[in-house]
Amino acid sequence: MFTYCGMLRTDSIKHHYTNAQRFDFPDINCNSSEAMLILGQSGVGKTTLLHILAGILKPQEGQVYIGDKALYGLSGNQLDKFRGQHIGLVFQKPHFVQSITAEENLLLTQKMAGQPTDKKLADSLLSKLNIGHRKSAKAYKMSQGEQQRLSIARAIINRPKVILADEPTSALDDKNCEKVIDLLKEQAEEVKASLLIVTHDNRLKDIFSNYIELS
Amino acid sequence: MNILKLAWKNIIHNPLNLLLNLVLLTLGVGLINFILLFNHQLKDKFDKNLAGIDLVIGAKGSPLQLILCSMYHIDAPTGNISIKEAKPFLRIGHPLIKASVPLSVGDNYKGYRIVGTDHSILTMYDAQVAVGKKWSGLYEATAGAEVAAVLGLEIGSEFKSSHGFSDDQDLEHDGVFRIVGILESTGSVVDQLLLCNTASVWDVHSNHGDGHNHSKYDNFSMERDSLLLYEEEEITSILVQYVNRTNFQALNMPRNINENTDLQAASPAYEINRLYDMMGTGTKALQLLAILIAIVSAISIFVSLLNSLRQRKYELSLLRVLGGKPTTLFFLIVMEGVIMALLGFLLGMLTSHIAMSAMGSSLSERYNYQFASWIQHGQEALIFAMTLGLGFLAAVIPAIMAYRTDIHNNLSEG
Repeated sequence: MFTYCGMLRTDSIKHHYTNAQRFDFPDINCNSSEAMLILGQSGVGKTTLLHILAGILKPQEGQVYIGDKALYGLSGNQLDKFRGQHIGLVFQKPHFVQSITAEENLLLTQKMAGQPTDKKLADSLLSKLNIGHRKSAKAYKMSQGEQQRLSIARAIINRPKVILADEPTSALDDKNCEKVIDLLKEQAEEVKASLLIVTHDNRLKDIFSNYIELS
Repeated sequence: MNILKLAWKNIIHNPLNLLLNLVLLTLGVGLINFILLFNHQLKDKFDKNLAGIDLVIGAKGSPLQLILCSMYHIDAPTGNISIKEAKPFLRIGHPLIKASVPLSVGDNYKGYRIVGTDHSILTMYDAQVAVGKKWSGLYEATAGAEVAAVLGLEIGSEFKSSHGFSDDQDLEHDGVFRIVGILESTGSVVDQLLLCNTASVWDVHSNHGDGHNHSKYDNFSMERDSLLLYEEEEITSILVQYVNRTNFQALNMPRNINENTDLQAASPAYEINRLYDMMGTGTKALQLLAILIAIVSAISIFVSLLNSLRQRKYELSLLRVLGGKPTTLFFLIVMEGVIMALLGFLLGMLTSHIAMSAMGSSLSERYNYQFASWIQHGQEALIFAMTLGLGFLAAVIPAIMAYRTDIHNNLSEG
């Protein structure tokens, strides 16, 4: 069956912080170039799941596979490197290194993942996302829309296998919501990555055929 | 965009913090280096001018003053001694004394001392004539290398001496000195002196004072015996080298002189050590202050790194998400501390050398010694290591905190 050969899949993940709050997540299977939505209201463990998928939080039970690699079978340093190279993250609030420019943030992303820095690639990516003219701006001086584009550029610059987005649309109006999702899908397809969006934004249900609801 | 560059960008991202840290570091490092520069040169001067002198004999008074006056030429004489009293120590062939140099001081030319003496002083300070010849006749003078260079004296230059040790036209004597030679630079106090024979000093102070004619010292020669003939005349002091400084009788000589004669004998080694001790207290207090400032600067770096860590907690988590290892964050924060320390070191060094050259001229007047501003004192590497160590120490706790960054918790809060 094709289902178990997906780019990203999980195997019976369970995690709890306290005895009262136990998460038992459904298995996820998402192929390359495929987009998937993980829907859920606040408190159902969306961020926890996202962090588990991103290799940031080791679940108490279960395993995450990206390609043929079991994330939590890797050592700490291996996991950091793997995350840098193969997982692109888009945060709800865009976080950047404040002291450096938009372009330098992209170059740093390559460097941190152990890739050679490629200024041309960074610049062309910024131009493609219509923020080429802002490449020398410090991130905190950019508008919210520009910051979001920059964080998408950062998520895809290393051509990751998986792109994980955390509430990318929750602060946006309908028009911009659609735009951002289109951009994410388009960019993920271009680098042939699986795209997983974790959100409580029900508007996205209509755009994605493929979704899981957490409860 | 590597970690070093990022550390640098992070540092300059917060210019006020950087400024505060650098001001403190510069003060600390600068003060320490300035003290070392100053002490090194002063000690060097004192050591060079010891010139193997075991004893200074002069008039009763402060022994330290006698030494400072006769060996370093930075203090006034304690008084004069008569040739008659001094004779036993000036006579060639004293069983305990290898060499003795008579000194007559009291006049200057433009702040440089005129010393009446004989050629034995050249042997004692290992000085050679560079141009011209040694002084011999009345009012002939041989200039030390620095005096000649600073005052532009040449063979044949003439000058009048002034009474005392500071340049003062009103106290000018009538006798006209003529330069007959210039010495090679020795690095010792001789460089700063104008040397003439003892009789010239007497003559300039005698009443007729009309220069070369009719002097009662016309028959004075450079032989030591000639000096000893003038029993009623006075000199300032005598520099003495022992034949054997561990000889029992030689060791007792100062006490004998002090107890049994109207003369005073002072031991340079002993007095200079006393001087170091006295100066040492002041220097130590300054050094302590400098070290305190350095520690405060380390605390300041520590606090600013800790604050920036709090502000940058998402940033650090981000670096981890992007593939950075915990050690990468540790290295980043340590580098921020070390780069600041490095900058502080460079600025401190620069500042202390600039301060030395700015204060050099006033120090030179006071200590009758040319202070160099761009020399090394040999402990720069130690200051460098200590400054970097301070930067590292200040950064190590914040760096450990960065190393332990809990990405999951930080990002969940965001």
